Amino acid sequence: MKSYHLDHLEYLETEAIHIMREVAAEFERPALLFSGGKDSICLLRLAEKAFRPSDIPMPFLNVETGHEFPELIEFRDRRAAQLGAKLIVRTVDQAIANGTAVPAPGEISRNKLQIPVLLGAIEEFRFDCAIGGARRDEEKARAKERFFSFRDAFGQWDPKNQRPEIWNLYNGRLNAGENMRVFPLSNWTEMDVWEYIKKEKLEVPNIYFSHTRECFRRGGQWLPVPPAHTDATKPDPYAGARPTAKEPIKSLVVRVRTIADMISTGMIESPANTVDDIIAEVSAARVTERGTRADDKASEAAMEDRKKAGYF
Amino acid sequence: MSNSSPISDLRSPISQSPAPVELLRFNTCGSVDDGKSTLIGRLLYDSKSLMEDQIEALERSADLTGGGQINLANLTDGLRAEREQGITIDVAYRYFATPRRKFIVADTPGHVQYTRNMVTGASTANLSIVLVDARQGVIEQSRRHTYLASLLRIPHLVIAINKMDLVDWSEQRYLEIRSEFEKFLPLLDIKDVKFIPLSALNGDNVVDASKHTPWYVGPTLLGHLETVHIASDLNLNGFRLPVQWVNRPNNPTNKELHDFRGLSGQVASGIVKTGQKVMVLPSGHRSTVKEIWTYDGTLPEAFCPQSVTIQLAHDLDISRGDMIVGLESLPGMGTDLHAKVCWMNARPLQPGRKYFLKHTTQTVQAVVTSIDSRININNYEVQPEPAELVLNDIGEIRIKTAKPLVYDGYATNRLTGSFILIEQGTNATVAAGMLQPPLETVKPEYNDFAI
Repeated sequence: MKSYHLDHLEYLETEAIHIMREVAAEFERPALLFSGGKDSICLLRLAEKAFRPSDIPMPFLNVETGHEFPELIEFRDRRAAQLGAKLIVRTVDQAIANGTAVPAPGEISRNKLQIPVLLGAIEEFRFDCAIGGARRDEEKARAKERFFSFRDAFGQWDPKNQRPEIWNLYNGRLNAGENMRVFPLSNWTEMDVWEYIKKEKLEVPNIYFSHTRECFRRGGQWLPVPPAHTDATKPDPYAGARPTAKEPIKSLVVRVRTIADMISTGMIESPANTVDDIIAEVSAARVTERGTRADDKASEAAMEDRKKAGYF
Repeated sequence: MSNSSPISDLRSPISQSPAPVELLRFNTCGSVDDGKSTLIGRLLYDSKSLMEDQIEALERSADLTGGGQINLANLTDGLRAEREQGITIDVAYRYFATPRRKFIVADTPGHVQYTRNMVTGASTANLSIVLVDARQGVIEQSRRHTYLASLLRIPHLVIAINKMDLVDWSEQRYLEIRSEFEKFLPLLDIKDVKFIPLSALNGDNVVDASKHTPWYVGPTLLGHLETVHIASDLNLNGFRLPVQWVNRPNNPTNKELHDFRGLSGQVASGIVKTGQKVMVLPSGHRSTVKEIWTYDGTLPEAFCPQSVTIQLAHDLDISRGDMIVGLESLPGMGTDLHAKVCWMNARPLQPGRKYFLKHTTQTVQAVVTSIDSRININNYEVQPEPAELVLNDIGEIRIKTAKPLVYDGYATNRLTGSFILIEQGTNATVAAGMLQPPLETVKPEYNDFAI
């Protein structure tokens, strides 16, 4: 007798496809946040599964800090082109130039500066919904997030006043100026993402695999040495993010486990060369994925504060 | 130690454990100090699902605020306000896995005013854990949580009698509490109930069997979660596919897709096969399933809860909100509905109010025509014809919708028998509704003609 039963990946997949289709059906102008990272790579495959043989009915949007790993940008552009999707890129540099983003004195990370850029892009294109690859298992504040996360006209998340989400009935109704962030991977774990990448034979940027890289030690992490500053007519975009004399450079065999930009991504020493190796490594790992993210270590509520301000 | 992965470990057998096949969703409920968060923390900790940086973060906050004592509850209390006040203000989801199963945990707060969160967390659960403090026994909230689990038709219930260490592991006390529950459980619709004596704080009977309860011969909590039979929780009777999105490729380069007209959706119940006769509602048109299309190829059959795209043999006018159903078991259809609701908003429900009603994939205008009763979920008494329902009230109401709904009773179908009410203007989700079974099913001759 046939077993009418889904395994855990099939269950997570059908749940995510359902959510993708709800977005396409209920919103006028949705966008899909695609960074080229592993979570958003899964989102793209889920979009294909939800909408093929039609085109994916929404553009891709990415906010660049300007400190990206070049491998990630190359992959992002190539993958969007393969899928025939429109890719919209907005940058922190542009936003600083036109005054919509103002760096805090002395702060080198542009993580927080992504917030006004994202909100600006939502306004510019009048997006009423942005699909993101955030997962609840990543971080404590994210664990309280809904699939359909309502944001007010200022892009703010109010954790005390979330819409109850019951059964599979998502309330996507908005008034003018408000928008929704939707997270189809809410119930996925880091392991689920890698198992799905394996099952679907998805390509990922090569920085997820083991390679040799110059790193230096800071804040308990191995940070990548930024690319050389060549254009002397402009200020060094990596000023403050370069190793000092007390931070010797070491050549290490490393990979990334989670990708922010070059300033906020800790490299892990790893020989993992294949997706199978990574799955083995994740299952044996003794620290969480975001343990390698400097942006989360600012305080115990770092993510909560950024999300309230409009972060995805 | 993110920087120094122990390379030798990577090839060890532990890392090659096969992927777990089943997913169990459960929620925990109890009143403020029953130890829900501690229990989840214990499950994560003892099943080795916690990572070093999470444990370090616990230790860091223990040194700062906890006098050096690790507080497992801090694992789930994610927001600053919660940590400061020592409470859980919203549903938090946690994930862990054992070699047997993967688990999604909804940690739902137990305060009286947060019933809506429990309904939220429990609506998708296979199993509910109701925590009871062994010293206090059954209190008002125990009855409330058990009632809600029954109302939402959660297939499995665990009564976790916690803090057994504080009653000297007394079997007598365990049996007293058990018999208190057994006085009112027969009034409810719960088929599978398990009682487990434990101590979340010390870990007894959570993951490892306790040496303090030789009189208890049942499984530990995790043992039960890993083995409880959930394969029959899905509804495979009576095919229902609410149409979610009509899939019509624009300018397809592939000529074969030129006439492609797919009806995309998630199977809400039952099984559908290629070649099967189906009916489209509310129109009543019949057709045959020509193809079950998926990105990974066509399927001979699909079942609940798969997401698929169906092509029918006839080119019918079908849009989002319509439902494709099997002929062997037809649903009800109508604009006059009778339902139980859980009211979730500070502004009370009064008869005559208009709302948006979202049911499966359609949203329609609806007016609440009457409130028949309010159910006191602490003693299960029914108060007829209350003037209004306030936040966290459960009641029976009658609704009239602007367009007919195609539906089943919630007791037989959680997905085609449920709805939410949305307040016009604020767009707040104000009620969770569970439909009573239709008085009659759709008549096949209604609007029926062969095409």
